Amino acid sequence: MIRLSIPLRQALARLSLPLMIAAAFGVMLLGKADALLAERLRSHLADALSPIYAALAEPMGAVRNAVEEVQALAQLREENAILREENERLRRWQAAALALESENELLRRQLNFLPEAAPAFVTARVVADGGGTYARAVLLATGPQHAIRKGQVALDERGFVGRVTEVGSRSARVLLATDMNSRIPVTLESSRARAIMAGSNGARPRLSHWPEGVMPVEGERIVTSAEAGAFPAGLPVGVVRVSPQGAPEVELFARLDRLDAVRLFDYGLRGILPPESVARPEPRPGRR
Amino acid sequence: MVSPPFRPPQGRPAPAPGLLRRLDAFARLAFPGFSTGFLMVLAAAPVSLPSPVFAATLPCVFFWSVFRPAAMSPPVIFALGLLLDLLTLAPLGAGVLVLLGVHGAALRFRRFLVRQSFLMVWLVFCATALLAAALFWALQALLALRVAPFGPALHAAMLSAGLYPAIALVLARVHEAMRQAETAP
Repeated sequence: MIRLSIPLRQALARLSLPLMIAAAFGVMLLGKADALLAERLRSHLADALSPIYAALAEPMGAVRNAVEEVQALAQLREENAILREENERLRRWQAAALALESENELLRRQLNFLPEAAPAFVTARVVADGGGTYARAVLLATGPQHAIRKGQVALDERGFVGRVTEVGSRSARVLLATDMNSRIPVTLESSRARAIMAGSNGARPRLSHWPEGVMPVEGERIVTSAEAGAFPAGLPVGVVRVSPQGAPEVELFARLDRLDAVRLFDYGLRGILPPESVARPEPRPGRR
Repeated sequence: MVSPPFRPPQGRPAPAPGLLRRLDAFARLAFPGFSTGFLMVLAAAPVSLPSPVFAATLPCVFFWSVFRPAAMSPPVIFALGLLLDLLTLAPLGAGVLVLLGVHGAALRFRRFLVRQSFLMVWLVFCATALLAAALFWALQALLALRVAPFGPALHAAMLSAGLYPAIALVLARVHEAMRQAETAP
């Protein structure tokens, strides 16, 4: 240890604060003069401190998890209340459904109703959007072992997608309900009125040809109609939305913009089949 | 870290400076600086919170400057300020100057402050924290030539004022223990 005389030491102690303030200004100048210096120092410091932080990460994570757990517990309470309420509501619906089912059973017995056979279906993967003659169509990868046939109805997990229009040995093309060429006979579920859902190449097909005296109501459910023998009755299609121009449109249940797999149902209906040969323009050279 | 030579308490014959005793004294002398630095590093740990480094540094510097200025000497403050600048991405020198300013102000008023109650010291610290945050903000704006929003600085000052009682409680215990160790024969 260096021995200093007491007055010198006192003078040093008194001087150290101004000296350090001067040094602080010096550091500021240095930092301004060499902008990379601070970055280099910071990276060195981070290198030195990273083991500490790595060691801290585990307990920190535990603490954070505990906090999240507590928050989740707090949320659980109100979620529980909501679920209880929903459960109550669903129970009422279940009771209604059971009552309707038994009533249905009873009425069917009285009518000597022939039950429809459960339709067979295959699920096929969507491999390409668009292409072909139509603006809104998807290509499915199928195998030769599946008996895909024109006129089969394609549904995704939510609702109606379209109809098979072309069948190859390993692929099939489905014309989507949104295509300009698509015309689907539908039923407005609450008024039981028939209408035609015509595609417009947009996201929402338009409704047309509904009978006089009936107006499609916003939010009304649309299902397919068995008219013309092309579709079975009652497949879920969408709900009515009135466009800003006042025209009734259909918001489809199916998510046509992100189809990944569709189910192809064979109802054995041969009412209206797509024409055998579609006038396909020869692809121009230079395009695919 | 630079440390001034050990000075035994006056009024009693100096005991023979054995190795253990010297180590003990050095530990007492180095504790404020090292504990503050360690707290800063802890506060800079990457968690999903606004970084409380500045807010955690101010109470430590203020407390030790008022109650144990010998251990919180300007060179130590300088090193801590440099650490603060490096940890908070502030321009180099801004944190150093702010901490030195806090230290100078605390030294200036320490004769008045050590006789006051805890509440009074806290109130003074609140004002100091506000001024320090404003100075830090102004220096950052000046050095980066870009006016940052004042909100975060205000938050840091308020967080610092809120942290002070917790930090001061622990540090006061430590300080008391050190004083007892020093006055014991």
